[in-house]
Amino acid sequence: MLNDTSLSRRAILAGLAGISALVALPRAALALTAEQAQELVNKTVDEINSIINSGKSETAMLGSFEKLFTSYADVATIAQSVLGPAFKTATNGQRSAYTNAFQGYISRKYGRRFREFIGGKIEVAEARAVKSYFEVISTAYLQGEAPFEVRWHVSDKSGKSLFFNIIIEGVNMLASERTEMGALLDQRGGDIDQLITDLKTL
Amino acid sequence: MQGLKISLPSVNLLLAAVLLVGLGLLAGCSGAPGPNGIDDPYEATNRRIHEFNRGLDRALVGPAAKGYGSIVPKPVTRVVGNLAGTLDLPGDIANDLLQLRVADAAQNFLRLGVNLTMGVGGLFDASTAIGLPGKPTDFGETLHVWGAGEGAYVELPFAGPSTVRDTVGTVVDIALNPVRLVLPPREAMAATGIKLFSRVGDRDRFSETVESILYDSADSYAQARLLYLQNRRFTLARGKEAANDDDFIDPYEDPYAE
Repeated sequence: MLNDTSLSRRAILAGLAGISALVALPRAALALTAEQAQELVNKTVDEINSIINSGKSETAMLGSFEKLFTSYADVATIAQSVLGPAFKTATNGQRSAYTNAFQGYISRKYGRRFREFIGGKIEVAEARAVKSYFEVISTAYLQGEAPFEVRWHVSDKSGKSLFFNIIIEGVNMLASERTEMGALLDQRGGDIDQLITDLKTL
Repeated sequence: MQGLKISLPSVNLLLAAVLLVGLGLLAGCSGAPGPNGIDDPYEATNRRIHEFNRGLDRALVGPAAKGYGSIVPKPVTRVVGNLAGTLDLPGDIANDLLQLRVADAAQNFLRLGVNLTMGVGGLFDASTAIGLPGKPTDFGETLHVWGAGEGAYVELPFAGPSTVRDTVGTVVDIALNPVRLVLPPREAMAATGIKLFSRVGDRDRFSETVESILYDSADSYAQARLLYLQNRRFTLARGKEAANDDDFIDPYEDPYAE
């Protein structure tokens, strides 16, 4: 409706054996710093900027976005968190098929939205430690629009520093995708195999 | 003249009624919000209104916006947007003062002066060009600053997502808009027309976002509700950290959490 003026704007499971090995490492070797979190977001943003201003075709751009997501985002954890309780009851085969389908779905969906940034740029301002993660604050400058804030939540709990959430002007990607995935699953009567098949075409 | 005599008291009556009902609802509905911080006791009704709004957008507002965006040249739609923004400034200043945000009031006052002079009567947003960006606000925010709770989520016919507090705010902003009260009836109508066209222009400018929410999501009602509440809370928090910490979801600690 007409209320949209400000809205104006979003892998494979880590081996369990690997996690126990990481726990044994001294904390200092693992601890993520604000600088590293900021560096990750800087790299991500540089790549987004170069993809959106590359002049590539839509299909080529969406392919580049998928590569970007798998390199810099913790797609497995995001996928699991978005599906919620249904992930717990899924079989191992369903889990990996779902995670795979989710990776394509999320890349296409957010890749399409980032395409609106063509001609614009994102600038990273600062990083700060919050609770168990780092928050990196950036500002998006789009042609003819007031600048808006994009926050990235970064963690190294997967064993690598990766971002797991993006918050655009307060709108939280994980929360929004949980709502969406819950509704998609409900529409299919809780049939996770049907959801996996359909995610590939969404 | 007669029209004016009749309409003013009735507007005031309507305003008083809405305020009373709204404040009553605010007091009554300050109960704990449900999961995800969403308080939506009128969900069934809201969903019916949402379907009405979606139908209206599909049949009328969306196509009208596309037509407006493709027929009217871009510089003209921009001028309409600028005029609408300048017409909002007196109301913004009034709300800034009610919120005791003197710096914002001064900035918006300066914007009004610059846009009316350098911006040729508000045709151009000269202030943003010289580094004086807009500081939009509304009476819903004033109520928030005064300590009123958000109240229940509501979706309004024609206007879309809101809360009880923001609905009261919208009604007060329309009824007590300084521009509408000062201008003669015909000019006030023109001002309303400009704002309406500006909203249609926004619907066109943000068409990809609007359409992805309304037509591409599995549950457009739930998606619009979440987006509105999150964005509104973010705006009202004005960068205070408390609001962000509420947003934090830790997918590592509790991966199966609802």
